[in-house]
Amino acid sequence: MMTGAEIIVKSLEEEGVDVVFGYPGGAVIPLYDKLYDSSLQHVLVRHEQAAAHAADGYARATGRTGVVIATSGPGATNLVTGIATAAMDSIPMVVFTGQVALPAIGRDSFQEADITGITLPIVKHSYLVRDVNKLAATVRAAFYLAGTGRRGPVLIDLPKDIQTAEAEFFYPREIHFPGYRVPGEPNAALAYRVTKAIGLARRPVIYAGGGVISSGAAEQLTELAEKTQIPVTTTLMGKGAIPENRPLSLGMLGMHGTYYANYAVSQCDLLIAIGARFDDRVTGRLDTFAPQAKVIHIDIDLAEIGKNVRTDCFLHGDVKAVLRELLKHIELPQTEEWLDQIASWKEEHPLAYRQEGERIKPQYIVEQICDLTGGEAIVTTEVGQNQMWAAQYYQVTKPRRFISSGGLGTMGFGLPAAVGAQMGCPDQLVINISGDGSFQMNLQELATIVQCRLPVKIIILNNGYLGMVRQWQELFHNKRYSQTELIPVPDFVKLAEAYGIEGRRVRSREDVRPVLKQAIEHAGPVLIDFEVAKDENVYPMVPPGGSLTKMMGG
Amino acid sequence: MRHILAALVQNQPGVLTRVSGLFSRRGYNIESLAVGRTHEPGVSRITILVDGDGLVLEQVVKQLDKLVDVIDVRDITAEEHVDRELVLIKVEAAPEIRGEIMQIVDIFRARIVDIGQDSLIIECTGDHGKIRAIENSLKPFGILELVRTGKIAMVRGPKYGEVQNSGGK
Repeated sequence: MMTGAEIIVKSLEEEGVDVVFGYPGGAVIPLYDKLYDSSLQHVLVRHEQAAAHAADGYARATGRTGVVIATSGPGATNLVTGIATAAMDSIPMVVFTGQVALPAIGRDSFQEADITGITLPIVKHSYLVRDVNKLAATVRAAFYLAGTGRRGPVLIDLPKDIQTAEAEFFYPREIHFPGYRVPGEPNAALAYRVTKAIGLARRPVIYAGGGVISSGAAEQLTELAEKTQIPVTTTLMGKGAIPENRPLSLGMLGMHGTYYANYAVSQCDLLIAIGARFDDRVTGRLDTFAPQAKVIHIDIDLAEIGKNVRTDCFLHGDVKAVLRELLKHIELPQTEEWLDQIASWKEEHPLAYRQEGERIKPQYIVEQICDLTGGEAIVTTEVGQNQMWAAQYYQVTKPRRFISSGGLGTMGFGLPAAVGAQMGCPDQLVINISGDGSFQMNLQELATIVQCRLPVKIIILNNGYLGMVRQWQELFHNKRYSQTELIPVPDFVKLAEAYGIEGRRVRSREDVRPVLKQAIEHAGPVLIDFEVAKDENVYPMVPPGGSLTKMMGG
Repeated sequence: MRHILAALVQNQPGVLTRVSGLFSRRGYNIESLAVGRTHEPGVSRITILVDGDGLVLEQVVKQLDKLVDVIDVRDITAEEHVDRELVLIKVEAAPEIRGEIMQIVDIFRARIVDIGQDSLIIECTGDHGKIRAIENSLKPFGILELVRTGKIAMVRGPKYGEVQNSGGK
C-alpha cells in the first residue's frame, strides 16, 4: 500500500518527470513530505504564478510536459494566469493543486477555492480526485491528455485526505477515453490534392504557427519550403519553424510583422497555413486578409476549420505527419518571379529603425544579442514593446529557442519562463528580454534564479514606460499618457545586487556590445539595465482592425 | 434560428458545467436542456435547445466535441427527428368546470394525473407547438403552477452514432 502522496511521486517518476515547479502550502504538506525523500528536482519559486510560467517555459524549451504544484486556495488561484497563458498557446502542462479535505469541501473552509470551477475555461481537462484508488490512473490520464493532440494544461485537484489515504499502486499504460481521439494518419488523397494545388501556384506563401514547433516539424517545414521554394512567414509562436536567416524566411507577419511578410500574404495566390489559427493580431481586418488566395489549412484541431477565415481545404492531423505526407509527392511551383518580387520588397522596405539622438535604441540591443549568439540562444520575452522588438530583431535559427506568451500576452511571463527553460536546457544560453514594466511583475523570481544557480541573462529595455500602451496612447489617443509612466523606476542594478546577482547599467551605445559579450561569457546570472530611448515605437504597425497592407512606418 | 443539439457524454462530475459553460461564455442563452442516462452504463445524453447564428453555433459545437467527456455531439436541427417535451400543469378546477377541462385534456391526448379539492394536475407530452397550445387552452381556467422538461429529441432511422456525424472526431 502507498499513500496518495507517494502515488503521485511514483506516478511522476513513471512519467519520466525530472523537475517540478512549485510552492508548498497547508493543503500539499503531505505531498511535499514525500517529495522530500524523492529524487525529483523541485524548483522553489517565490510566487505560484511563476511556477506555472516556469513549467510552461520548461515545456516550450524541451517539448516535454511541465509540472506544477501549488497549495489550495490562494496558491491555486495564483496559478490562473499561468494556466491561461499555457492554454492559449497550447502548451502541455500538468498542474497539481492542493484542496481542503473531502469532508471540508463546499463549506468555505480555510484556503478553499473551487479551482476546478475557476479554471474550467482555461484547461484542456481537469479532475478533482475523490478516490485514492483512481489517483494513479488520473495522473496517467492527465499526462496523456496534456501531451497529445492539441496540447494544453490539465489540472488535478488533490484533497488533503486523498494525499494521506492509502491504495495499491498500479500505473496503467493506456487509458481509454471514448470522447477523445488523437488524429491518426492524414488523409492521403486530400494531401495529394494539396500537392497538386501547390504545384499550380505562382505566388504561394507558407504561414507557419506554433503548431509546427509543438509538433517538432521545423525540419519538415524547412524541407518543404526549400524544395518548393515557397517563402515562409511565421507567427510569433511559429518563430524558429524555419531558420530566420535563410532567404526564404519573411520573418513575422501581422500587426508588427515585416512589410514584405504582410505584402506577400496580401498578394499571394495560395496561402498554406500550418499549425496556425488566424489570430486577429495576424490577420488584421479579416475581409482584406489574403484576398486573392486559396487557403489551405493544416491543423491538429478540427475546431480551427473556418474559425476566423474561410478555407478551401483543411488537412487534419499532426503537422509533422501531414508535412511528411505532402513531401512524398510534392510538386514544384514556379516561384522565380514571385521570389524576385519579394526580394525587391525586402530591399525597399527592410525592418529598420533610425539611430538618432544619444539614447540607445532598443532594437540595436536585440540586434547585438542576435549577432553575438547567432540566433541560437533561448530567448524568453515579456509582453509589449520588448516582445515585439525581440520578435522582429532576434532572428532565431532553431525551434524552441524563442519563448513568448503569444495568445494571452502575459506580462511577467519571461523571467519565470527563463527559469523553466534553463532548468530544461542547462547547457543552453538563456536570455530574458524584458521591459521595465514586465520585469517588475515577477521580479521576485531573481531569488529562484540564485537559489537554483541558473546563469540566466536578464536584459531590461528600460524606457520608464508601459511602452506599448504608451505607443497606442501616442498614436491613437492624442498623446494622453494615462497611467503609463512607471516612475519611480527602481534601481535595477541595486535590486539585482540585493538578490546576489551581478547588475550592470548601460547608458551609451558603445557599451552595449561589450557588456552583452561579458554577460554572455559570465558563468552566472547577470542583469543588465539598458536605459533606452523613451519614446521609441514599434514599427511597422498595422493599426488594430486595419488591413495588413496599411502599415504605419513600413 | 433555433437549433437542437444532441450530445452523448460520459457521466462524470462537472460534465454539465463544462458543456453549459461553453454556451454562456459565448453569450448563448440555453433555451432548454434535458439530461438523462442512456441504456449504456456511464453514458448520458444531453439535448440542448439554443437560438443563434449558425456559424458561431457551429464553432460552439466543435468546441463541445473537443471536451474530453463529450463522446459525440451533433446539430440535428436539419435532420428528420422526433422531439418531445413533457409538461405538468396545475390548473384551478372547481368541480362544476372539471368537465370542460377534461374535454380539453382529451383533445390534446393529455392525462389528468392528480385531482385536488379545487385543482387538477394535467400531464401532457408533445412537441413545442402542442405544449404551447394546451397551455393557452388552459390559461382561462387559471394556471396555478407549470413545470416542463427540456426538449428531448431523436433522429429517425439508424442508431445515433451509426449515421454520418458532423463532428467527425
